Amino acid sequence: MDDLRPFLLAGIAVCVAILAGLGLTLLLPAGAPPQAPTAASAPVPIGGPFTLVGGDGLTVTDADFRGRFMLVFFGFTHCPDVCPTALEEMGRTLETLGEDSKRVTPVFISVDPERDTPDMVQDYVAFFDTRIVGLTGSDAQIDAVAKAYKVYHEKVEIEGGYTVDHTALTYLMGPDGTFRQLFRPQETPEERAKAIKAAIAAEPETTPQEGS
Amino acid sequence: MDSKALMVAVAAALFGTTLVFAHSFEVGDLAVGHPWARPTAPGATIGAGYLTVTNNGAEADRLIGGSSTAAARVELHTMSMDEGVMKMRAVEGFEIAPGETLTLAPGGNHLMLMDLAGPLVEGASVPATLTFEKAGTVDVELMIEKMPSEGPGSSGEHSGHGGMDHGGH
Ligand SMILES: [Cu+2]
Repeated sequence: MDDLRPFLLAGIAVCVAILAGLGLTLLLPAGAPPQAPTAASAPVPIGGPFTLVGGDGLTVTDADFRGRFMLVFFGFTHCPDVCPTALEEMGRTLETLGEDSKRVTPVFISVDPERDTPDMVQDYVAFFDTRIVGLTGSDAQIDAVAKAYKVYHEKVEIEGGYTVDHTALTYLMGPDGTFRQLFRPQETPEERAKAIKAAIAAEPETTPQEGS
Repeated sequence: MDSKALMVAVAAALFGTTLVFAHSFEVGDLAVGHPWARPTAPGATIGAGYLTVTNNGAEADRLIGGSSTAAARVELHTMSMDEGVMKMRAVEGFEIAPGETLTLAPGGNHLMLMDLAGPLVEGASVPATLTFEKAGTVDVELMIEKMPSEGPGSSGEHSGHGGMDHGGH
């Protein structure tokens, strides 16, 4: 029993962090121009460097996404409801973004590396939208990225297997890799697209050679 | 193709696949409304089913289980969002009070189809049996279709969310 305590404390810390993040995001008007990074918009920094494994078994790092916005959701392929909804809505958000979707890379990161192989994750996300990048990794890699994004995840035994309790928020990260805002499950793809469009408009492309 | 399947196909062609096609089943005083399940990704081993059960009788009943040829097991699961964290748990049953409607819907409680025999393909349907404590069993068809909120002009119908609120608009 004693060895549960660190996890409990960590869980509480994560919840507090998420609450703090939520509270702040809610205070910001939707579509507000991004604040000067860190100080105002993200007192609890969300995101950061990661090293994961993509569908082709290749190493993928946060640096590979630099220059583009990232729309990040954590989930797992044995997730019947929330993850399919989030991925469907990710696809619809991209549709709604139209041309602007070219500046956004949607990313799904597994919180179940034990079952989710790179190919499984890639096949899973492609079912919802072929633009979504599916990532998994070793336990340590997943723990690290989840920690960076303040994502709670915990295996819970159920009959005949296990499920994973996990944070089901969607994160918008900027072209520089820093946190922009988070979307709660009840926000529609239309609302998300509007906020993302505003963020994109506030940050014109810096690399003009990017064609399409 | 039997006439019902033909009707469904014609309706789907006429109105588009996003139409929530009403179909219902009865057992005793219980009316089971529109059982459906999400299409699943290739290789997926689990799926989620949804429906409503309205209790038109004078006594409470409980949905206590189910089965389907499409899955090794059908479990009853609760799903809740707690400070942004999704939690899913198996439960023994869902109570349906007299005059009340039990709603299993995206973003909330569901039938969990465990160890699928194969992918659930949009447009198809799979047989399932529901077991109630008092009313007994009833055979239903789970229609495989995408979330009703799919498609344009759906913002007011964003029913896939808010597992905590029970159908109030
Ligand atoms: Cu479930």
